[in-house]
Amino acid sequence: METNTNIPQNENTQTSQKIKMECKNVDLFYDKFQALKNVNIEITENRIMSFIGPSGCGKSTLLRSLNRMNDLVEGCTITGEIHLDGQNIYSPQTDVNNLRKRVGMVFQKPNPFPMSVFDNVAYGPRTHGVHNRSELNNIVEKSLRNAAIWDELKDRLHKNALGLSGGQQQRLCIARALAVEPDVLLMDEATSALDPLSTSKIEDLVIELKKNYTICMVTHNMQQALRISDDTAFFLLGEIIEIGKTKELFTTPKDKRTENYITGRFG
Amino acid sequence: MKSYKEQIWQTLFLIAACASIAAVALICIFLFTNGSKAIGEIGLWKFLTGTTWRPGNDIYGILPMIVGSILVTFGAIVVGVPVGVLAAVFMAKFCPKSIHRFLKPLISLLAGIPSVVFGFFGLSLLVPLMGDLTGSNGKNILTASILLGMMILPTIIEVSESSMRAVPESYYEGARALGATHERTTYTVMLPAARSGVMAGIVLGIGRAIGETLAVIWVAGNQPRMPKGLLKGIRTLTANIVLEMGYAADLHRDALIATGVVLFVFILIINLTFSAIKRRMQV
Repeated sequence: METNTNIPQNENTQTSQKIKMECKNVDLFYDKFQALKNVNIEITENRIMSFIGPSGCGKSTLLRSLNRMNDLVEGCTITGEIHLDGQNIYSPQTDVNNLRKRVGMVFQKPNPFPMSVFDNVAYGPRTHGVHNRSELNNIVEKSLRNAAIWDELKDRLHKNALGLSGGQQQRLCIARALAVEPDVLLMDEATSALDPLSTSKIEDLVIELKKNYTICMVTHNMQQALRISDDTAFFLLGEIIEIGKTKELFTTPKDKRTENYITGRFG
Repeated sequence: MKSYKEQIWQTLFLIAACASIAAVALICIFLFTNGSKAIGEIGLWKFLTGTTWRPGNDIYGILPMIVGSILVTFGAIVVGVPVGVLAAVFMAKFCPKSIHRFLKPLISLLAGIPSVVFGFFGLSLLVPLMGDLTGSNGKNILTASILLGMMILPTIIEVSESSMRAVPESYYEGARALGATHERTTYTVMLPAARSGVMAGIVLGIGRAIGETLAVIWVAGNQPRMPKGLLKGIRTLTANIVLEMGYAADLHRDALIATGVVLFVFILIINLTFSAIKRRMQV
């Protein structure tokens, strides 16, 4: 099996960058079904990593392992180690809620809570103990600005978030995730439910965000992976088949299966 | 062009819909024509605000009964809503499946218990207990409130639980992904998201409480006078009708029907409030 275990480092790119998250020999089972097979991956700080592959290949599963959202799935067991800044997030000492504060997540379907825009963004900070009104005001404004939606929403902060358009809702969800000041942002097909214009806004936003965050995204849209991600991992049946710099993986795939997938021969 | 068969079905549905509307209309007509006679004779204001009910002397003031109905219903809410809503939260979000399998049918069973059985339970258990605690005969507002609170529990629990379960799981995931605990997510996202359903359950419960007759008669004491405290007996609107209708005649009978009109208006107000709340919550 030609499963690569490391991101191939090109001699002339920024090799000094720090590894933010790292999976070591990760196996994951849903009851008897093995969804991830010996996954090894390194996610570098301030870069965008995209997971591609056909449906059911385990890319969302891996993404949800990075902030332990899979803990919520009954019958899910995981072995191996996943490190965040060198600490195993599956060690018994890990505070899962603190982990999820550091590793934020944006879902496929925009899921704002049925409350005001302000309360949506303030939900995370409030959860983690911020109750001072002016502090919350600052966080909300900053997060909405970071999600490039402040101008659209500044006059509607106290309107119900469910009244926003799908694209606005998704950027609000990004703002909500940013409000707890995570290090890593996981995006699970975050644009697949949106129209092309909203998608392109979010893509621009994601490129902007990588200055301050490490981003890991699942996408079914290979153009999107090519447009915005720095690194790409190709998944098939629970295994990582190939992983590398996005441009290289798309232009000169090393594995025949990767080539077949990206040229649209299956999946 | 609709087919012949479709026409027949459509007519059938229309008739079915009309039948239920006709039932409501007939009840309204009956109530208001008969009730207005008494109200006209006694005077609306005197009827509603009179504090003395003495049919022997042709004095018909139903304020004590209005207050009675409101008090026991309010008491039932105070007793039943917190317990019911928290039970629903438990059932929907905290209860292990193995326990839920037993709990759910038990609560449905509670809903199916006839009110006469509730009344009997109240009379033979709650009333003596309350009597011992308070040193009176035990038939009072508090006893009636507790009993009614128990009776509205299944309504509140079932409606609230199903509305909790209807809240999209994506809200739950969204909150957990921000680092909120299960408890915090349940109380700050899931329960508020289900609030219109919970309100619906509460209003249905209020409807049941205010309309309840048999169980209340046995435990409330039924004195048609203004209550001077929670531990005094009281008569509700429903009890007033049932207790006296058997022997009432002429103006007395019409006054009882007018009592029914007042009860009807109460239910109407509750329903209107409910739909107003619901509409506001959907914005």
